[in-house]
Amino acid sequence: MDERRLDGNAVGGLLGEVFAFEATTAEGACNRCGAVAHVGQQMAYVSDIGTVVRCASCDNALIRVAHNPRGYYLDLRGFRYLHFGR
Amino acid sequence: MTEVAGEVRSRLVWRIGEVIETRPATPRTRSLSLEVPGWEGHRAGQHVDVRLTAEDGYQAQRSYSIASAPEEERVELVVERLDDGEVSPYLTDELRAGDRLELRGPIGGWFVWEAEDGGPLFLVAGGSGVAPLMAMIRHRAAAGSEAACRLLYSSRSREETIFADELDRLAASGGSLEVVHTLTRSQPPGWTGYSRRIDDEMLAEVAPSPAERPLTFVCGPTPLVESVATALVGLGHDAGRIKTERFGPTGG
Repeated sequence: MDERRLDGNAVGGLLGEVFAFEATTAEGACNRCGAVAHVGQQMAYVSDIGTVVRCASCDNALIRVAHNPRGYYLDLRGFRYLHFGR
Repeated sequence: MTEVAGEVRSRLVWRIGEVIETRPATPRTRSLSLEVPGWEGHRAGQHVDVRLTAEDGYQAQRSYSIASAPEEERVELVVERLDDGEVSPYLTDELRAGDRLELRGPIGGWFVWEAEDGGPLFLVAGGSGVAPLMAMIRHRAAAGSEAACRLLYSSRSREETIFADELDRLAASGGSLEVVHTLTRSQPPGWTGYSRRIDDEMLAEVAPSPAERPLTFVCGPTPLVESVATALVGLGHDAGRIKTERFGPTGG
């Protein structure tokens, strides 16, 4: 399957497997350019081997998710912070 | 409890929905009406993930926007048949009333409109991208919202215009819903509307003025969504009030 470029919104289901919060409305600051946006606003690149959410402003990789039957690998290094409101 | 900005929700679980009805929406799309035990309701604009499992255990999963209003009992999805897709040909050709379907949701809190968000609303759809916008239009009608709402909807032809009759009816029933169609491949005799892809000039003519600060939702194939969002920003619209949902070049 080709990689598909979608909105961060599209990975809400996958992130919902990991977070107890609705992740698409979480707001984060990009570690590279500092732009602050909701996860749902970012760009998502989805393929069978994993998902990368990239900063809509500078293309920095914010979230990387890989998964296999044993579990998830989640890399959030692209964020300076990620804020879940409550 | 204080005001809820984010949402803590019960863990996203796979549920089994029952297909109550399927009917053709256009020659290439099918509307699926589902009853989902345990469904906790949704907000207009949200989607579900649908998962198919083959006999050998192979699984394929796709996201579909919810077209029904939150006020409706059943969950309606609109599926476009993609000939080389792994999921959509099954959903459009094989699935029958009474069948069961594995899904989870509702998902997404970003591409969402609720009546209390007000307007004016500017909705831009390409093809089956109309689904989540239809949920907003139906929700707006069901909730008695008076927010002005304009839909610009690009389809290949009148017969490929999903929800054409219902949109006509809703637009004719007074209120402040306006629907502007553009038919890109073929037009019925006497057609006086647009007959080209959505471009800057069309957006300048149809979109509310930037001064009205419309809440804008754009949904459709990735190239359409990106060109519309870029054009709107170029026309002076606030990028922060434009929300996009890309279907991708293909959905599957």
